[in-house]
Amino acid sequence: MSVLELHGIHKLFGDNHVLKGVDLEIDSHEVVVVIGASGSGKSTLMRTINLIERVDDGRILLSGDDITDPAVDVDKVRARIGVVFQHFNLFPHMRVIDNVTLAARKVHGTDPEVARDRAIGLLEKFGLGEKVRDFPDRLSGGQQQRVAIVRAIMTDPELLLLDEITSALDPMLVGEVLDLVRDLKAQGSTMLMATHEMSFARSVADRIVFMHSGRPLEVGPPEQIFGDPQRPETREFLARVTHR
Amino acid sequence: MTDRTAGTDVEAWQPSELELDRRLQRRRASRRSVLVALVSTAVFAGVVGWTVLTSPGWENVQQTFFDPGIAAKSFPKILEGLWLNIRVLFFATIAVAVVATLLAVMRSLRGPVWFPLRALATGYTDLFRGLPVLIVLYLVGFGIPALNPEDRVPVALLGTIGISLCYSAYVAEVLRAGMEAVHPSQRIAARSLGLSHAKTLRLVVIPQALRKVVPALMNDFVSMQKDVGLISVLGAVDAVRAAQIVQAQTYNFTPYVVAGLMFVALSFPMIRLTDAVSARMAKREQMGGTV
Ligand SMILES: Nc1ncnc2c1ncn2[C@@H]1O[C@H](COP(=O)(O)OP(=O)(O)OP(=O)(O)O)[C@@H](O)[C@H]1O
Ligand SMILES: [Mg+2]
Repeated sequence: MSVLELHGIHKLFGDNHVLKGVDLEIDSHEVVVVIGASGSGKSTLMRTINLIERVDDGRILLSGDDITDPAVDVDKVRARIGVVFQHFNLFPHMRVIDNVTLAARKVHGTDPEVARDRAIGLLEKFGLGEKVRDFPDRLSGGQQQRVAIVRAIMTDPELLLLDEITSALDPMLVGEVLDLVRDLKAQGSTMLMATHEMSFARSVADRIVFMHSGRPLEVGPPEQIFGDPQRPETREFLARVTHR
Repeated sequence: MTDRTAGTDVEAWQPSELELDRRLQRRRASRRSVLVALVSTAVFAGVVGWTVLTSPGWENVQQTFFDPGIAAKSFPKILEGLWLNIRVLFFATIAVAVVATLLAVMRSLRGPVWFPLRALATGYTDLFRGLPVLIVLYLVGFGIPALNPEDRVPVALLGTIGISLCYSAYVAEVLRAGMEAVHPSQRIAARSLGLSHAKTLRLVVIPQALRKVVPALMNDFVSMQKDVGLISVLGAVDAVRAAQIVQAQTYNFTPYVVAGLMFVALSFPMIRLTDAVSARMAKREQMGGTV
């Protein structure tokens, strides 16, 4: 079954028609990477799925549930989706362990001991075992972003949204974060991510979505999009980003 | 992925000649500044002291303001009065903490449905920030009893209410500023985890806001510490009122000086603590230790 279905999503900011009818389905365990020029609506798309922005038309189904229904409890929906942003939005007044276990304790009602054990297990697995008791400002950018990812996967979300999670990082630190994403793919996480890292997109994606002025203009496996793009807009975009 | 910190051979390191020389120079320089500061302070104090002590009216002033006998006699009564001030301060602080937080949260609510609450909170803070504390005390202290002449509400309680009304407005503004200084991405991050609006405020926004405004809040507390002395205008026998009673009997102003010193002593620990906390926070927030 599809984890996510988008049907004819529209979004406007005033007169700015940012999403102009987006249709997309993501299957369980699938990794879908959204590429496209700055301002093409990648982040906006992610934010509508997470209900941070309200859609102006269309329907979004999460594992079959219509989450655009006005009667839906937005907090419950958000608890089912893990999100990582471009800028590390760790809570600076909480230690790493408290950041990671917050949602489990306060939203899902997990026993604090159980949450703690699971969090420490995950942090150790991703090379953050020594940082458990640190505050976020003592961590490097790459470490912070890895903690943010651990926080997002802590409660086993049905879907992970990753919005340009490496674009605020030094090139040196990008690799460690992308390695973590590869691990998640290997474990079977379902992910929708936006990125400007084309080589990474190519290696990790099951499918690429090329967004162009508010529409998914071309969708297909990475070999096709990068090797044999059908649309002139896609060719032009790829030529621009790969010959910088 | 490894995150080991480099440099396990720290024990082997000894400061070089260069560093030892630099430390010596710094010590010399700081000894020199301390000396300069000491001398200039002593000179200043000497000049002020000499001017006052040699002025023609000094004898007279000494008798009416610094009479040791009257000071000793009035001390226990004023201290007893101060105990009332401390109790008023205690309850007013609790009331202010609760009311100010509510006001700040009300003012931070977004969306048209909340307009009435938001407007109410805004009106309240605008009104009570503008009103002099003394006028509020008169209105509450004489207005509330007039509503219901049968029951006698203790004046200290009325004073506590008046002080709390004013300070809730000041503190609410400080808290609101703190909440607005928390970056919006923090709220989004919290909501994305599925935290409700209320939990986001309680667990993410307010703790960070408080941290940002601790020095400002402590300042407000210090100024409230002395403003509790204003309840004497309602006739509550606090430190100021006790001093006034002795003054009326003896025609000597020494009791006021005693009461004043007591208020200073009361606020002194808090003032020092405020300085220490501000310094610590400044140190935590800026990395460059020398600027
Ligand atoms: N909150 C907002 N209010 C008004 N306009 C917005 C808002 N958020 C985004 N937009 C507009 O929507 C358009 C798409 O923005 P979006 O952030 O989705 O682009 P993007 O594809 O993620 O770009 P980038 O690659 O630079 O991150 C832009 O024109 C932007 O100005
Ligand atoms: Mg974006």
